[in-house]
Parts: sequence; structure tokens; C-alpha cells
Amino acid sequence: MCGIVGLYLKNPALGPKLGALFEPMLIAMTERGPDSAGFAIYGDEVPEHWIKLTLRHPDPHFDWEALAERAKTELSAQLSWFQNANVAVFKLEADEVSARDWFAEHAKDVLILSVGRSIEILKEVGLPIEISERFSLSGMQGTHIIGHTRMATESAVTMAGSHPFSTGMDLCLVHNGSLSNHNRLRENLRREGISFETENDSEVAAGYLTWRLREGDSLKQALESALTDLDGFFTFTIGTRDGFAVIRDPIACKPAVLAETDDYVAMASEYQALTSLPGIENAKVWEPEPATVYAWERASV
Amino acid sequence: MTDINIKPGMRESATFDRNTIAEIQRAAETGIYDIRGFGAKRKVPHFDDLLFLGASMSRYPLEGYREKCNTSVTLGTRFAKKPIVIETPVTIAGMSFGALSANAKEALGRGASAVGTSTTTGDGGMTPEERGQSSKLVYQYLPSRYGMNPDDLRKADAIEVVLGQGAKPGGGGMLLGQKITDRVAMMRTLPKGVDQRSACRHPDWTGPDDLAIKIQELREITDWLVPIYIKVGATRTYYDVKLAVKAGADVIVVDGMQGGTAATQDVFIEHVGIPTLAAIPQAVQALQEMGMHRKVQLIVSGGIRNGADVAKCMALGADAVAIGTAALIALGCNHPKWQSEYEKIGSAAGFYDDYHEGKDPAGISTQDPDLMQRLDPIEGGRRIANYLRVLTLEAQTLARACGKNDLRHLEPEDLVALTVEAAAMARVPLAGTQWIPGQSF
Amino acid sequence: MRTIDITSQSVRDLNQALHDQAPECTEREWKVLNPAGKHNIACGLDQNLSVDIMGHTGYFCGGMNKKAHLVIHGNAGQGVGENMMSGSIRVKGDASQAAGATAHGGLLVIEGNAGARCGISMKGVDIVVKGNVGHMSCFMGQAGHLVVCGDAGDALGDSLYEVQIFVKGNVKSLGADCIEKEMRAEHLQTLKELFNRSGIDEEPEAFKRYGSARNLYNFKVDNASAY
Repeated sequence: MCGIVGLYLKNPALGPKLGALFEPMLIAMTERGPDSAGFAIYGDEVPEHWIKLTLRHPDPHFDWEALAERAKTELSAQLSWFQNANVAVFKLEADEVSARDWFAEHAKDVLILSVGRSIEILKEVGLPIEISERFSLSGMQGTHIIGHTRMATESAVTMAGSHPFSTGMDLCLVHNGSLSNHNRLRENLRREGISFETENDSEVAAGYLTWRLREGDSLKQALESALTDLDGFFTFTIGTRDGFAVIRDPIACKPAVLAETDDYVAMASEYQALTSLPGIENAKVWEPEPATVYAWERASV
Repeated sequence: MTDINIKPGMRESATFDRNTIAEIQRAAETGIYDIRGFGAKRKVPHFDDLLFLGASMSRYPLEGYREKCNTSVTLGTRFAKKPIVIETPVTIAGMSFGALSANAKEALGRGASAVGTSTTTGDGGMTPEERGQSSKLVYQYLPSRYGMNPDDLRKADAIEVVLGQGAKPGGGGMLLGQKITDRVAMMRTLPKGVDQRSACRHPDWTGPDDLAIKIQELREITDWLVPIYIKVGATRTYYDVKLAVKAGADVIVVDGMQGGTAATQDVFIEHVGIPTLAAIPQAVQALQEMGMHRKVQLIVSGGIRNGADVAKCMALGADAVAIGTAALIALGCNHPKWQSEYEKIGSAAGFYDDYHEGKDPAGISTQDPDLMQRLDPIEGGRRIANYLRVLTLEAQTLARACGKNDLRHLEPEDLVALTVEAAAMARVPLAGTQWIPGQSF
Repeated sequence: MRTIDITSQSVRDLNQALHDQAPECTEREWKVLNPAGKHNIACGLDQNLSVDIMGHTGYFCGGMNKKAHLVIHGNAGQGVGENMMSGSIRVKGDASQAAGATAHGGLLVIEGNAGARCGISMKGVDIVVKGNVGHMSCFMGQAGHLVVCGDAGDALGDSLYEVQIFVKGNVKSLGADCIEKEMRAEHLQTLKELFNRSGIDEEPEAFKRYGSARNLYNFKVDNASAY
């Protein structure tokens, strides 16, 4: 139960202002989700055969330098990294599986928040304004960004239960609603080799999409089959390396507003999260139809 | 109900007992599920499975009738400018005019007012009789919004947003055509005589994030004066209570599966929800974890019958209780004096649950003008007041015996359980042991 | 004319000022600036006020309105005019889902499109939508009129009681127990009056009428699949 927001830039000139445009959108959703907040920002893409990992350690004084040195040697990979609060972004020349395996074995306390070529996920327990300030959201650049403010329903108010959820390369999902068949589905997906960190229903939705994409579905196909296989109420916003998508369940009780101008596409649970965007007065503003996929993608590079 | 024709050697199946056989044959004949009133009839762990540890040597009892034992409770202290003070922590649960006769509603109001407690409207709006006779009236805000209007909202002493009830969590209402008389139809804007189906979700919001906005709207309309209650049927109580607090409730009402209804599917009444006993510790744990126990008040309902039940609810952490079925029985529902009348409609005193048919011989769950006359609202009010006084006195007696000068000073540590099931659900030790199943070893 | 700016005063301040007019009206004309999608603006009014809201509103704008006349110069969020009793609300832009939910009376005019569940459980209100309405509109509608000048989404009028629905464009599908009905002279007259009251220029003859087949009014075993 939550607030969700997304901003996809059509005009690359706005890239340097992405974080500044997005911060008030996230903060406007505080009442819908006072427990935790987070966002997935896309940009600063690493070259082919490289990946980028967002890593978190509970200790703000954790020695990332030492971990980076070990990773560089043991994975014999080129590596650069930077730190943002208690999160670090590692860029390295490696594939997803070997990197995940190495961190799982050698850095058990480190949580992998995201893996991809473009995505960075930053999330914490606390109010959206605190999370924005902690990670200096307003100064961030990128191509698109998806955020979430959480009112925890059945799973705990923890870092692990915070959104966005990422279970595959550059994929992330935020969710407003409540799924009603996620437990059985999680078991089925585990048998398919998808791993889960929490009991959260939204993580199952993200894992489901990862599985469908792995099986060769396009994003649109994956979302359409989600309409059949996921039961319950949901509005999802999904981020991929090249774009973002919005979908609501067939009953469509949970709110969603879309706005589009020549410069951007924006999504929010409530219109009030869009009011700070430039040119919103003249934007095309509408509510997504039930059981309909809305997707924006830039041509893959 | 006689077993006179059963001889040794005739063995009834435990699986296909006579009730089951009758239900299969009824279903085959009619093609519709069984609809009835009342609450769950199956046996579930209940307050009878708990006992108090009266004071003796290690604790000192209070003198009955002389040494004070407070029973008054203030509800709605979190945000409301005008919280409700009730003199006894036993309130009357929401029951609709439509399900009940106007006389029955008036009697409940009179009885509750006489002892300084509150009564509650139901699905179908507020009647002038009820408002006039109730010194403290809680106005239910339900998915159907039958008869819902801002004038009555502003007349209410509190607003109860109903998400569900113990008899049918997740289900809507049902009022069969026989009870949609001219007056009921007019109040609900329905054609006379239709089977009225009530929605299971509210029409204009879904989920706790939307509920937070709805609560704000109700506060805005009433200028933040009166408390806002949230009522849920007991299922995932721990989570529901936390979400109600997050959404901004002043008071949370948790209705266990034994809670009654005017009409719903039997399969719903018997197979959905958790016992009241199991719901209270979950609710209290949720409130405690949020630092909100006693700040957001907890009202518990579902199968409360006597002062011992009241005291046990309080000991487990409730701030007050609500009674529904018990209040109707106090008014005369299922009274033996109507035995021949019950027989005429295929039932018997002690078994009658067809509230939805509107033929209640006791004149309570009916809109029939002749039957309704059988219930005198003044006499009925007196019976309700008497019964509420007995509940209060009984609860006080037990509290004093445990050495408490306030009902709310009763604690889980004053209780033990007779059965392993009750011990696990109520989270109190099995009598004579220190064992709480699932908590300690 | 009194103006309240939501950037400098809260929604609470606004609503209290409007409610203070209920016992005695001292200021009939009101203007609300910078609503910025905030919730519960101008709800619970109980006086013959005229309120212009200069922008988009959030949930439940004009909720439970009595007597007052609201104009939203923008889009309205979820549940605009929910449970309205009388007066009028005009939305210049689009309305989100559950517009006019359970409303008992008055007039709700939406100049743009309305989302899902427009007029859900309506109990006597008149709703005129210049554009389209979303799915499940008029679900369990009890009384009043819903006029749609554009198209209607899936399951229009599902489980309908006695609302009269008029649609000019396409109906994607009718809900259970909702059927097309004959348009008689009295219905053309009703529509004409609704257009006059709402200031909308349409020809009643271009509309089709839908209403309840009344087959679900009392349970019959042969209808069980419709429940």
C-alpha cells in the first residue's frame, strides 16, 4: 500500500535535472507511504560486458575500498566504485552470475540492491524526505527514474521490504496494491531458479517479470501474462534499461495518473505528485486503463 | 430434537451427520446456498477456556461494593476534539434498522443510554427514534452507504468506518426482499421488496493508503470533532490493526468470527475469520509495537455473553467490548415464551437464526408491523439496561477479586487457560504451568 | 468574493471557513487558488455558496456537498462529489474514478472524461459527462440519471437498480442485468432538461437509453450464474 512515481525523459537535455525534478514527486507521496522510500535511477551506463552493482552495508563506516580491492583481484576484473551514504556502486568488467556469486560468498553482510548496466537502486526505512536527502537525490542525473513510498501491509517495515525491487538485470518494479496469490507463485518461481530475499508480494511480481523475460518474452508480453498469473489489486511501474512501463490490474482500484509532454512522461499514484513538473498545466494528463500496458522505450543502443 | 427413535446399532456418521445430510438435501432442492442470521455456531476456543487468578496471599483483593473499581473508559483520545466517555466498557454493536425493527433499535438506544454507554447504527442509516433515544450514538459508514448523509454524520458522536465484520470478513451484506418494506426501501433508495445486495468494498477507496484520505475527509466534514473508528472482521488482525493505526484511526473495533449478522451465507459465517480469543492478543501486540496501546483504543466483539467475557477481553488488552447477539437475546430473541410461534416457522426457541426472513416471533429482527408490536421499546430498554448492569457488575467483581481498582488494570498475567488451544491463542499459560504454547518451552 | 490560497492556508483552514458559512451566509462567492491536487477540498459544505477552484483537485473534492455550487477549473481526483446531497459540481477537465459515488442528489457535470466506476451506487444524483466513462460505471446504481455524451467502458450498469442511463457513443459492454430500453417521449424530455440544467448542447434523439432488466431483483436459481 503505497505511493508510486516515475519520470521518463524524452528530452535528453533534462538529464542533468532528473533528480531535482523527481525529488518533489517522491516527497509528495509521503502520506501514502510513511514507512520507507526508495528509487531506481537509470543512467551513467557502463560499457558492454561491464556491469554495475548497487551494494548496501548496514554499517556506514564499512570499508568499501578493501572490498573493491579484493573483488578486483579475485574476479580479475577492471573495477571502479563510488560511495553514497551506506551504499556503494561498483562498476566492473564481469557477468551478472559470477559477480553475484562472488559477493554472496565473500561479502555476506553486503546486500545487492541492483545489478545492471544502467540501474542504481537506493532505498531505506524512513520518510521520503529523509531518503532523498541522505542520497542527495536532487543532484542526480539520468534518463529515467522510478520511486516508491511504502505503507507496509503484511511484510515487515525493513530495508529488505522497501521498494523498488529488482530481481534481474536492469529490471525494477514498484507496486501499489496487494497481491493475493504471491505465496504459491513465489514457490513456483523459486523452482524456476528465481531467488527472493523477502516475504513481500511486490518482490514476487518483480521475480515473475524476470522469469518471463528470461524465457524470451518481450516486456509487453511479460506484463500481459502477469495479468493472468498475478491475482489481486495492483498498479505497477516497471523500469528497464531503455524505458519504463505502467500497468494496472483488470479491476483497477488502485490509483494511477499519467502525464506526457514533449519533454517527459510522468507517472504517479496521485496528481499532486505531478504538480511541480514544468509544463504540467499543458501536459496530456490521463488515467491508465485497466489491464492495459503502457510502455515507453528508447531505441536500444 | 428428539433422539427417541434412535436405537443401539444405529450409528450416525461423524462426517455425514444429520445437519450435513439436511444441508446437502436442502442445497439439492433449492440451488442456493443457505442464508441465515446469528453468528458462528461451531465450537471454537472461547473465553470459557480461560480462568482468572483471584488474589489470595501474594495479591490483595478489593472489597466488593465498597472499594472503588472504575469502569469508565474514554474512546477517541488520539485526534478527536470530543472523545466519547462511556460509563461501562460494554457498548452496543452496529445493527441496522432494516435488519432490526425500529422498536428494537429504540430499545437498544434506551438501554445503552440508561447506563451511559454507546450504541451504533448499521447498514441503512440513522433513524430519529434511535438518535433520539441514544445519548451516545456511533454512526456506521459502510460500503453500501444506504441512508448515508452528512446531516446524520454531523449528528453522530463518533463515526465507525466498517471494513468488515466477524461473521463475514471479505463479504458484503444481504437483506432479502421480505424485509425491504416501504420505510426501509425509502431509507435505502431501493425498490420495495428487492433482495438488497450490499457491496463488500467501499465504492470510492480501496486499501489503507486510500483509507487515510477517506478518514481525513470524514474529519474535515465533521471539523475534527468526533472520533473515527475502524471496524474489521478478525482475520489478519495483527496487520489490519497496524494499518488502521497508520491510516489514522482513533479507535479500532475487532469483531471475531462468533460475531453475528442479520443475513449472510452459512458457509461464510462458519468458515471465515478467527475466534475472538485469538484476535485480541494479535491486535494488542500490533498496538504495543507501535506505542499505541491505550492511545488508540481497542473495542472487541464477537460472542461476548457475560461479565467474565468482558473482564477477560479487558485483561487481554481491550479497552472496551461490544455486544450484538447477546443484546438481542436480552431483548427476548429466542425466548422460550415464543416456543409455539417458533415451531410454526420450523424452528424452536434456542435455535432460531432466520433473521433474514423477517418473521421473528419476538418482534426484533423483523419489519412486520404486527410482530414488531410485540417488543415494547421501553420495556426492552429496561431489559438492555439491566443486562448491561449485570455485565458491568460481574466484570467488576472479577477485577476486584484480582485486586484492581480499574477494569483496565486487568492483565494477561491474571489469566490462565484450561486448554492448550486457548493457551496458544490467548497467549496465557496453561493453568498450573508456565507454558504458553508457541511462546515459551 | 473571498479568495483562499492553499499555498499559504491549509485545506483545513479553507474547509473551516466554508463550514462557518453554514449557519449564516456572509460571503457567497469563493475562489480557491493553487489546489495542487490536494485532497478533501471543499467537502462537507452546507450552504448556497459558489466556489471556484482554480486548478486540479485530489480525492473527494466536494464530498457530501449540500446546496453549494462548485466549479473545478481542472481535473478532479478520485470520488469527486461522493455522496453529494444537493447543489452542483462542475469539473472543467477530467474526473478520476468513482465520480459521484453514492451521491443522493444534485447535479455533477464533467466536461472531460470520467474514469472507472462513475456513479457507482448512485442514489439520486444526476451526472452528465461530456466525454467518456470508464468500466463498471453505475455499478449497483440505485436512482438518478447518468448521461454519457461519449463512449462507455466495460460492464456499464452492472447489477443496476433504478438509474436511467443515456449514452450517445458506443457501449463497450453492458453489465449483468443492464439492457437497452426504448426511448420514449418522457425520456427525451428528461434528457432535454438535463442538458438545459448542465448547459450542454446535445440532441436527446442521438442517445440510447439503458436500464435494469430487473431479473436480479429477487433470487431465481436460473440466474445464479449472474451473481
